[in-house]
Amino acid sequence: MYQILKKRVLTPQTKLVVVRAPYVAEKAEPGQFVIVRVREEGERIPLTIADYSREEGTITLVFQEVGLTTKLLGLLEEGDAILDLVGPLGIPAQLPEAGVVVAVGGGVGVAPIYPKCKEMTKRGVRVISIIGARSQELLILEDEMREVSEELHVCTDDGSKGFHGFVSEKLKELLTAGLKPDEVIAVGPLPMMRATCEVTKPFGIKTWVSMNPIMVDGTGMCGACRVTVGGETKFCCVDGPMFDGHLVDWAEAIRRANMYRDEERIALERCAGCGGEKHV
Amino acid sequence: MSKRPGRVPMPVADPRERIKNFDQVALGYTEEMALTEASRCLNCKNPQCVTGCPVAVNIPAFISLLKEKKFREAIDKIKETNSLPAVCGRVCPQERQCEEKCILGRRGEPVAIGRLERFLADWEAKNGRSPVKKAPPKGKKVAVVGSGPAGLTCAADLAKLGYDVTIFESLHAPGGVLIYGIPEFRLPKAVVKREVEYVKGLGVDIQTNVVVGRSITIDDLFDRGFQAVFIGTGAGLPMFMHIPGENLNGVYSANEWLTRINLMKAYKFPEYDTPIKAGKRVAVVGAGNVAMDAVRCAVRLGAEKAMILYRRGREEMPARAEEVENAEQEGVEFHFLTNPVRIIGDDKGWVKAVECIRMELGEPDKSGRRRPIPVKGSEFTIDVDTVIMALGTTPNPILSRITPGLKAHDWGGLITDEATGRTTRRAVWAGGDAVTGSATVILAMGAGRTAAQDIHRYLESGSKDW
Ligand SMILES: Cc1cc2nc3c(=O)[nH]c(=O)nc-3n(C[C@H](O)[C@H](O)[C@H](O)COP(=O)(O)OP(=O)(O)OC[C@H]3O[C@@H](n4cnc5c(N)ncnc54)[C@H](O)[C@@H]3O)c2cc1C
Ligand code: FES
Repeated sequence: MYQILKKRVLTPQTKLVVVRAPYVAEKAEPGQFVIVRVREEGERIPLTIADYSREEGTITLVFQEVGLTTKLLGLLEEGDAILDLVGPLGIPAQLPEAGVVVAVGGGVGVAPIYPKCKEMTKRGVRVISIIGARSQELLILEDEMREVSEELHVCTDDGSKGFHGFVSEKLKELLTAGLKPDEVIAVGPLPMMRATCEVTKPFGIKTWVSMNPIMVDGTGMCGACRVTVGGETKFCCVDGPMFDGHLVDWAEAIRRANMYRDEERIALERCAGCGGEKHV
Repeated sequence: MSKRPGRVPMPVADPRERIKNFDQVALGYTEEMALTEASRCLNCKNPQCVTGCPVAVNIPAFISLLKEKKFREAIDKIKETNSLPAVCGRVCPQERQCEEKCILGRRGEPVAIGRLERFLADWEAKNGRSPVKKAPPKGKKVAVVGSGPAGLTCAADLAKLGYDVTIFESLHAPGGVLIYGIPEFRLPKAVVKREVEYVKGLGVDIQTNVVVGRSITIDDLFDRGFQAVFIGTGAGLPMFMHIPGENLNGVYSANEWLTRINLMKAYKFPEYDTPIKAGKRVAVVGAGNVAMDAVRCAVRLGAEKAMILYRRGREEMPARAEEVENAEQEGVEFHFLTNPVRIIGDDKGWVKAVECIRMELGEPDKSGRRRPIPVKGSEFTIDVDTVIMALGTTPNPILSRITPGLKAHDWGGLITDEATGRTTRRAVWAGGDAVTGSATVILAMGAGRTAAQDIHRYLESGSKDW
């Protein structure tokens, strides 16, 4: 069992937990993820490792309560434990050693982009970050991101804080104004990553995205996580999760992400019916 | 000449009822049935059946004991060479192993050796195991990677010899294919759990949720004081056909389909959280055990039409004969000499049809089976809403790629010395599907045994004899 040592409520729907997971903490690198299962009847879902401490043997996970598993996870308190947690999985992000990088994080995607910025800043890369959310209350890790970025731009869809608009629009503004990053890294919802890639493409800037498809095992065994990149089928869990965003088949990725939408709703309604009790 | 009586039929659940649930189909012999069937054995002086068994179970000996109702002695006789009789009795392709060689088979039906094996294993489950003789602790640690039949067997044998054994398993539940692949109706999970509990009872520590190569490396294992490592990681990498439309919604690899159903219990959704999209018209591509399991799951999940699409003919099907028969009884349609060339989607990106081409059989290929050749211009489409690719699996190359000194063939299989299971890296052994590619439970079990013996030899030599 993987004990939750610390829990922070970042927004009403977004939680951060620090979990004891010595095997994972010892090997984790930015860009990797874990698979968790929260109860005996539970499903296996991937969550990006938002931070880790080798000394403490802990990892940090940040999740938005969108489905049943994340809802149940959100019900766990400090001292409770996650039933199963395996990792680190996926290939670590190939981060540059120098130069200028724009890091774009949307919604809960700010969490996985954080360790990458932290590592790049440590290496001496100039990190310009753009983070955004639908509105101010949903914005996460602003202070943390500021610490690991040379420049931080905050965006909200409703204009309640910072730039009024999408992160991709802010990026476009910066690029149009003459910013010439060596690469862009974008993590967030699929439409946001797709929009970011559309912005960078005409500028010819290499753009890395972190795909987050439906997974089962996370070790290359099932192919649930198939994504088409440059016309080739890749298994995101072992070949990714970072891919060249200009080569990703976005329409397919979005379609596959919605494969179980009906079932997700049924599961959630059923959970709501049980009064949001902890059944872990 | 009087005709010999045929074998005692296996009692099975009524096909009309069993397609509505995941309960075991083959119900097992009663004592009376087992005794009747055993009495058919001629107890040959030169028993051919034994030569057909990959682990050379002393078949005439155990059947003789069974005839005398010495069930305990009989099961112990099997277990001298086969540590998983409850599993093998249910899933071995006996008709191509021991039973194929049975002399009775020349004139009539061979002795139902597998069913007798299962009867004894189930008897033991009810009546308890013989106490194990465990050697005194040797104070030496051995790591086993993967908890399928190869890993479990290797671990059990070493534990009995007094080694301190830890199994590392990447999934959350031990058992390998037995737990994630083979469905409940063929191999109840309770049978697998019993075997796992037994191995734990021998003192083996099973650490789930550890991916060797990611969470910990083989080098780390040596650093942590393990003196030998056995790799039994199986052949889990699913193959696809690389035809258009394969990533449409509603196309699964058999591994995903079966993992959702067996390991994650998607057939109990929403009581269990993992969903599955089981269509009304399901096509499974392939004709091995995996394909049969996949298609029979589809039937149980409510498919009105469940089809096997196979590019060769009936005779070439690699699946166990009994499972093909069961599938037929359950209403599965078999489309032979049929190969998909394209999967067609609707405007929302869901599967709506599969385009196939007719095949004809040409000269035998490397496997000795006649090679299927497409018939030009014979394309046709079948309306389906779910397609499952059961084309086989290959070993996952991750471990060999990242472990210094560990060599693999191009297709992923680890290179080993067959007689010992030694890999190209000192103090590392491997066996089962990780070495052979998808094969059988009995071969994996046998490989685990062989390696355990050699690991023992190596460690007894003070880790010198490599
Ligand atoms: C659906 C299906 C039906 C089958 N039906 C039959 C049948 O009827 N009869 C028969 O004889 N055979 C059958 N087989 C084949 C048989 O199951 C396999 O040959 C056998 O299980 C191989 O055993 P193994 O121990 O080598 O590997 P597996 O059973 O595959 O076990 C390997 C284990 O290692 C784990 N693992 C992999 N990589 C790592 C890692 N890096 N770190 C830690 N753990 C890892 C896996 O999660 C898995 O649990 C079937 C296979 C399938 C898929
Ligand atoms: S999640 Fe199963 S192969 Fe990637």
